[in-house]
Amino acid sequence: MRVVIAEDLALLRDGLIRLLEAFGFEVVEAVDNGPSLLRALTAHRPDVAVVDVRLPPTFTDEGLKAALEAREQVPGLPVLVLSQHVEQLYARELLSDSSGGIGYLLKDRVSDVSQFVDAVRRVAGGGTALDPDVVAQLLTRHAREEPLQALTPREREVLGLMAEGRSNAAIASSLFVTEKAISKHTNNIFSKLGLPPSEDDNRRVLAVLAYLGA
Amino acid sequence: MIDGDRGGEVVRTGLLTCVRGLVQVVVAQAVCIPLFVLTVLSIAFIPLGVGVVLAPVVLLAVRGVANTQRVWAAEWSGVPIPVPYRPEPDTRSPFRRLWWLLRDPATWRDVLWTVVNIPLGLLLGLLPAAMLVYGLEGVLVAPWLGRITFYGWGPFWPVDRFGPLSVAAAVALGAALTAFSFKAGPLVLKGHALFGQSLLAPARTTLALRVRELAETRSETVDASAAELRRIERDLHDGAQARLVALSMNIGLAEELMKRDPRAAQELLAEARSASGRALSELRDLVRGIHPPVLAERGLDGAVQALALTLPLPVDVRIDLPGRAEAPVESAAYFAVAEMLANIAKHSAATRAWIQIEHARDRLLMIVGDDGTGGADPAAGGGMRGIERRLAAFDGTMAVTSPPGGPTIVTMELPCALSSPRTSPSSGTG
Repeated sequence: MRVVIAEDLALLRDGLIRLLEAFGFEVVEAVDNGPSLLRALTAHRPDVAVVDVRLPPTFTDEGLKAALEAREQVPGLPVLVLSQHVEQLYARELLSDSSGGIGYLLKDRVSDVSQFVDAVRRVAGGGTALDPDVVAQLLTRHAREEPLQALTPREREVLGLMAEGRSNAAIASSLFVTEKAISKHTNNIFSKLGLPPSEDDNRRVLAVLAYLGA
Repeated sequence: MIDGDRGGEVVRTGLLTCVRGLVQVVVAQAVCIPLFVLTVLSIAFIPLGVGVVLAPVVLLAVRGVANTQRVWAAEWSGVPIPVPYRPEPDTRSPFRRLWWLLRDPATWRDVLWTVVNIPLGLLLGLLPAAMLVYGLEGVLVAPWLGRITFYGWGPFWPVDRFGPLSVAAAVALGAALTAFSFKAGPLVLKGHALFGQSLLAPARTTLALRVRELAETRSETVDASAAELRRIERDLHDGAQARLVALSMNIGLAEELMKRDPRAAQELLAEARSASGRALSELRDLVRGIHPPVLAERGLDGAVQALALTLPLPVDVRIDLPGRAEAPVESAAYFAVAEMLANIAKHSAATRAWIQIEHARDRLLMIVGDDGTGGADPAAGGGMRGIERRLAAFDGTMAVTSPPGGPTIVTMELPCALSSPRTSPSSGTG
């Protein structure tokens, strides 16, 4: 799988390259600023990009902006954004085109290597990987609102893991129940949130989006 | 052509000066005379009680005229006159308002200016126009009138006696006077502005008062930032630093155990990783408390939007900022709004909150409201008092209305200029 990395700190950049290469990714380019990130993304069209939010020249949200712009030019380009802090505002901006292939994680999640690599693969496959911090904020913020109150505590737990971007199998194993039980929960969640049944896997993204947009 | 343009410019400013001078005449006679009479009467009526209500109205009207004069002096003659008044007290009591006005030396200097301006405004206001009219008369009227009848134009030119020579001289002198009036008019007007400056600008006592006020807010700011630094030092020392020590200790131990007891080593490493996670999250909270990253990245607009998103209740956000304020002001404004929102979440029992931020007349206006139970009191100390002090460091103000039973509305104002138009997008409500 071909990866583009954008990270301005050389130490972290080298670490990311070593980590991803150890897991069989091919790092086609590693850049250290916003403009060259945009160029690299549109030129290489990688299978996935791992991008730091804060990049030169402005050291603000240059990486996020470059990623959003690249996704405008190359729709659906999978981007995993890493940040020293997570903001719902940024999560909402990233998920706004609902075409999937988006990840937004705290930088420290890199330390759990296998989960991080899993998140990169998920984003590359068109899925989402949302940081548990963002998800937790969403669930507390909307806990008072109508549709969510209809959910049972277990269903809320499942929605939380779903919002992080986990598959039913992964959710089942982390809650120590069968995958069948999880799919029953997810169907209940979809119907309580008013998302009509369809074969579309993006209903999971829509469920999260419904909360981000609310 | 350049000379022609310059000539046109001179004539234009000359004419404008005449009009402005005449405006000053009207102000001096039609405004200053009645205002002065009213001032004297209303102050004389204070013992009778009527004056208590009347005097503040009249004195504020005097301030209005004086402020107009300050603006005109700056715009017409380039003479800056700072506004010297003491800050308005936050009270509706007529006695306290009267006391505030009577105690301010600027009030008495305003009144003195009103009196002196009655003759001086008339004289200096008429002069530019009078010179111009008299000059033009010499060119256009005197020669003709001199032919018909005896006409003594100018101090020494009886126009009818010397025939063509005197006519030519009258025209020449009139033209010279006209040209002179164009040049001298603005100077006369500036003279009037300088007279205004001598009375309407802050007096020495006002400056002394302002210096004391600044010294107070500065020492509060210095104290507050010293305390803040101590807090950061303590948090780093007891938190992240201690965790990192424990972390490196665990890693060192794991290194030792690797060969003898791989299982125990693995457990230690897992522990080390979670300790590093906690250290990072502590550092993150610390950074957020000093200067939230989203504020640096998106400015006040984005940071407040992001803040609203994290609140456990719906918040309407309306922000209209054409640019960004300077970093310290922006930071003070952000923490003020953050504190108010935290109060709402903690104490108000509100179901909705709203934030409105706009910039007008060089002031940043922030209004935070909720539909909660009210009863918020900044005098009780705590976070609100701290914010009030922090805003005061920038000459900002805070007003709280929070009757028992609600709603609570906090209005905060910070004087500041905005720079560079915003570049980042901002979106809807939270």
